[in-house]
Amino acid sequence: MSRDGSDVPRGGGATYLGMPAFPRAADFPRAADTATRDGRLRANLRHATHTIRAKRARAVAELDDWARLREAGAAIKDRTLRHLDHHLVRLEEAVTRAGGTVHWAADAAEANRIVTDLVRATGEREVVKVKSMATQEIGLNEALAESGIRAYETDLAELIVQLGDDLPSHILVPAIHRDRGEIRDIFRDRMASWGRPAPEGLTDRPAELAEAARQHLREKFLRAKVGVSGANFMVAETGTLVVVESEGNGRMCLTLPETLISVVGIEKTVPTWRDLEVFLQLLPRSSTAERMNPYTSMWTGTTDGDGPRVFHLVLLDNGRTDTLADQVGRQALRCIRCSACLNVCPVYERAGGHAYGSPYPGPIGAILTPQLRGLASPLEESLPYASSLCGACFEVCPVAIDIPEVLVHLRERVAEGGEVTVRGTRTVIRPAKRHATERAAMRAARWAFDHPDALRRGQRILSRTRRLQPRRLPGPGRAWTDSRELPAVPAESFRDWWARTRGGTS
Amino acid sequence: MSGGTSRERILGRVRRALADVPREERPEDHPVVRDYLRVHGERSPAETLDLLAGNLADYRALVHRVDAAGLPALLARLLAERGAHRVLAPAGLPRGWLRDARVDVLSDTPALTARELDVVDSVVTGCALAIAETGTLVLDAGPGQGRRALTLVPDHHLCVVRTADQVVDSVPQALERLAPVAARPLTWVSGPSATSDIELDRVEGVHGPRTLEVLLVAGDPRPV
Repeated sequence: MSRDGSDVPRGGGATYLGMPAFPRAADFPRAADTATRDGRLRANLRHATHTIRAKRARAVAELDDWARLREAGAAIKDRTLRHLDHHLVRLEEAVTRAGGTVHWAADAAEANRIVTDLVRATGEREVVKVKSMATQEIGLNEALAESGIRAYETDLAELIVQLGDDLPSHILVPAIHRDRGEIRDIFRDRMASWGRPAPEGLTDRPAELAEAARQHLREKFLRAKVGVSGANFMVAETGTLVVVESEGNGRMCLTLPETLISVVGIEKTVPTWRDLEVFLQLLPRSSTAERMNPYTSMWTGTTDGDGPRVFHLVLLDNGRTDTLADQVGRQALRCIRCSACLNVCPVYERAGGHAYGSPYPGPIGAILTPQLRGLASPLEESLPYASSLCGACFEVCPVAIDIPEVLVHLRERVAEGGEVTVRGTRTVIRPAKRHATERAAMRAARWAFDHPDALRRGQRILSRTRRLQPRRLPGPGRAWTDSRELPAVPAESFRDWWARTRGGTS
Repeated sequence: MSGGTSRERILGRVRRALADVPREERPEDHPVVRDYLRVHGERSPAETLDLLAGNLADYRALVHRVDAAGLPALLARLLAERGAHRVLAPAGLPRGWLRDARVDVLSDTPALTARELDVVDSVVTGCALAIAETGTLVLDAGPGQGRRALTLVPDHHLCVVRTADQVVDSVPQALERLAPVAARPLTWVSGPSATSDIELDRVEGVHGPRTLEVLLVAGDPRPV
């Protein structure tokens, strides 16, 4: 278990912990430092994000009422969150009425325990999985593996990640950091040890790679007895779950097994059936930039003679209620996981997804991870700073999450400390250690501006010694000048110049 | 039901987290302004049909137009061109549709296993409705559609849409019409199976049917 690694492993030895599910990078700047030196990674990311960004803009421009849909999407999510307890209870009633069983998991460990026990009770030793952010977040595959249960990822990108012993780096396209040549190599080298080997002479043509995945996974779908999924939406009114996908692997996992277990964050609830009319327009155009994704599955409990006979819904908290308690930060729970914010982010484009140290990379990860996990380590403390605050993420967000606002709010919490909720309990956290220098500098500045004589003397000393000054700060200030030029000190301060010339008039 | 205490713990945390929400506020009080459009643009029924056909084709579905009387012959031709021998017809599919096709027609009663479905060449179904603005077919497991696996495992899906009464313009109209059957398993299909996982470029054909043919049928094909 690599908890201590300063680098996020790529392509080998990737391991997860129950919580956190990702091996922790020491902090974002250090992880990004490695990623930004990887020329192939940067080229892959640049190509992919620019491709999808242009497509999304075209898909959104087709709808004259996009801004109004976006406002409605945000309002529906806010309406839901403001009475989440009410909607969760309604959802539970509706799912139960329709033949499902509802479980509640306060944290990752509890969710993993529930799912493991449910799979064990079936007597099966393997499950097929639909791509799911929630199960990545809790590290379900690793928890199942510890109990001798093998989880097969069936989404093409997740398959690439799983076969490559890698980590996902994008919400929608977890293997975005891999180009077609790398994917071909992974399939050729690794498929045989997981099941059906890759065809002889496999090329890097995307259609051939997709065909190889089809053949590799078909056998697993046909024999699967247990499927595991997440969900994009849960309708409280009807008890309906919705999974939006492209490949058909989702339909396979949701339809063919006898038992279906869905692990879903509590914030995925929407109150009414009608609310889907907003999100089924917002989500496909924002994520894959399509008018509609190829397949959307909707199911309500169990149906005789159609699909799984047993359905379990595991409602997951795992930090969501802590996030809900923050009146500024709770808007992050509106997120529908479309990943539009990743694709427009200049920081994500250069640093890649692994640097964020969680399944939620990019701008949304920078506000979601520190809230779900709390400001628990230097990694979470560094994430609110993984942004230039350019605001492109807010602009494209289909549910109008003001990510820059939350980033600044979290930065204040990191630097100043203050009240937060941790596992349901309100606590006051102290300012983060590494911001001590910044705070000391600010205190010194405040004192200097309150003492004009001292300020003048200090300015004159700085001016006279300016040729001796280094271009980079020493000691704790060094990191600040890693990526910035230290401003040159002028030969004369403004106030001295003004006193001498009266503003240039004499 | 497990985790009774976790249920109470989570609901308690939610309630404490929402201490700022006024006690008198009811769940529906927070305003949701639904001033978005029910339909994007004005179209005649014929233009709506053209839009549906265009959007289906844009996502690589093969679109055919035919009148009710010509449906059996068209189905026969498409199945022959495909070289299909074993063709699945869900319960409730009008028997006449496949009368011209020289194929073995399989029924799903008793239910076929997944492995039996895997050796079916083609499946022919109707649908619940089609959405023009997005090029989407919705199947609701009603008569002539069958359970979800039938349109998933075979590699070739032929879907018949009655243009007279099964085409809606938009997603909001579709959900309104589907509300009475919301409890049934629903599958929305927009083109054949596809992926964007390799360099974010769309490639058609992964796990679902790699060939989707849509037959837009004028008139009422049911009595055929």
